Amino acid sequence: MAEASPQLQHIQDRLGGKVLSASEPQGDDVIVLDRAGLRESFRALKEDAELSFNFLSDITAVDYWQWREPRFEVVYQLVSLKQRRRLRVRVGVPESDPLVDSLTPLWRGANFLEREVWDLYGIRFSDHPDLRRILLYDEFTGHPLRKDYPVNLCQPRVPERHVDGTFVDERSHNKLQRLQKTLAQKH
Amino acid sequence: MKADNLELPQEIMELQMGPSHPATHGTIKFNLKLEGEKVLDCDVEMGFLHRGFDKSCEQATWTQVIPYTDRLNYASSLINNVGYALAVEKLIGAETPPRCQYIRVIVSELARIFDHLTCCGMAASELGAITVGFYMIEAREMITRIIENLTGARLTVTYVRIGGLKHDLPQDFAERVAATFTTIRRLLNDCDSLLSRNRIFLDRMANVGVISKESALDHSLTGPILRATGVDYDIRKAFPYLVYDKLDFEVPVGSHGDNYDRFLCRLREIQESMKIVEQALKQLPVGPVWIDDARFVLPEKEKVYGSIEGLMHHFKIIMEGIHVPAGETYSAVEGGNGELGFYVVSDGGGKPYRLRVRPPCFIAMGAFAQMIKGYMVADIVPTFGMINMIGGECDR
Repeated sequence: MAEASPQLQHIQDRLGGKVLSASEPQGDDVIVLDRAGLRESFRALKEDAELSFNFLSDITAVDYWQWREPRFEVVYQLVSLKQRRRLRVRVGVPESDPLVDSLTPLWRGANFLEREVWDLYGIRFSDHPDLRRILLYDEFTGHPLRKDYPVNLCQPRVPERHVDGTFVDERSHNKLQRLQKTLAQKH
Repeated sequence: MKADNLELPQEIMELQMGPSHPATHGTIKFNLKLEGEKVLDCDVEMGFLHRGFDKSCEQATWTQVIPYTDRLNYASSLINNVGYALAVEKLIGAETPPRCQYIRVIVSELARIFDHLTCCGMAASELGAITVGFYMIEAREMITRIIENLTGARLTVTYVRIGGLKHDLPQDFAERVAATFTTIRRLLNDCDSLLSRNRIFLDRMANVGVISKESALDHSLTGPILRATGVDYDIRKAFPYLVYDKLDFEVPVGSHGDNYDRFLCRLREIQESMKIVEQALKQLPVGPVWIDDARFVLPEKEKVYGSIEGLMHHFKIIMEGIHVPAGETYSAVEGGNGELGFYVVSDGGGKPYRLRVRPPCFIAMGAFAQMIKGYMVADIVPTFGMINMIGGECDR
């Protein structure tokens, strides 16, 4: 591999052993970070005066099932608005312990993105304020974007949810009772 | 009567707004906590239009994904096409000929005008300015006619291909565009004079749904919502792609970060987009629209029907898909609502291993609770309208 760019060199100096590898495919800056102490690494990337990756563009995940170890990879896209540069951060996550530090304390925009990764990949984020499913419904079992989730699998219909304090329209309620009464008289 | 008996009950009411509410045009539901008419908290429930875009793309060949991208933000499907093609081309390491790049810029800007007209027209008619709504829909219809003339479809266009375009521009394209832009400019002038200083419209839009610069950046907002707060972050300028660096245009920015600034930003952007299209048509070079690489381009029909090599070549590309080298990349374009990014992972086969779309309006909906807290229930309608949430892209 060619000599790393000054930017990647600076990141490696700043984060030390947390950077497991750095590369520049297709001219993008890509680093692989250690899962331990992830939030502190991101805090350094965000708050370092020279790097100032202050904009979190995207969070997603990839499932490398039966291809690579560790199985999952969470991918972050950062932007430095000052330098007008992008940085892609990849973090490996093993199947046995799918848990990553949440970035919601650093960027509130991470909230929905992390909920989506949890929903579709089943990767949990520690210290996330509200880790619920977002695109799918609560009764859904499994995480559909995992490669071992069959593409044509059907899930059962969900019974109607009971909601406390549901507002009942008196008129339609009375109408229903009248209807039930007439039906009972007929039989 | 004692004074303390006069106090009104102050219990918090929970209200579910949507998913079938006229103002929630993309299907979405707001679980609101209200105190009187004041919104205390808003929990956005989405996913009603989730159809497994990512999973579907993993089953299709690289080329078959293009029609799926049409259905993301169906108000600007050409931009989605271009963004996806650029991401795959980045992974391949291919660069399309100049004519192709210019045409891609032209169609992207037409789609942006379409998107902004939809957003502003709908938002205006929801606030009662139905005339403006009709004017903008008329302008949009004219753009649709151009797109129909160009691609053969009105919304789901599937015009861009990996390494090129479906076909070149039709003969009378430039004249059609010139005639249409004259009318659109007149219509926009009318809309501007009807709305921009209209008392009712101002009362509903100005200082409503305010989000500060810092908060917008914190929430990863992009596009007109971010620019309305005063941050001039536009992918076309910040990370120029295609030939945007050769074109002269401005990025309109606001200052208050309220709905009115978002509306004005969009109106100005329509003007800038028209400028870009006119410049690009003037500079449009002659030449091919496809890259010169047989691995990614379908052979000519004479070769397919006239020779066995041509037929095999055609068969291989259609049945197996083009072979994109293994690797991963991220490429972003400026969509109608903000940064539309494609993160692509290939295992070297004919199908995408992983295709992720960075949906700008999904992320904007993450900031919706912040925008609407403390305002009235009625303010949800313009605020949501100015986010321009498109279900196809938000829920994928």
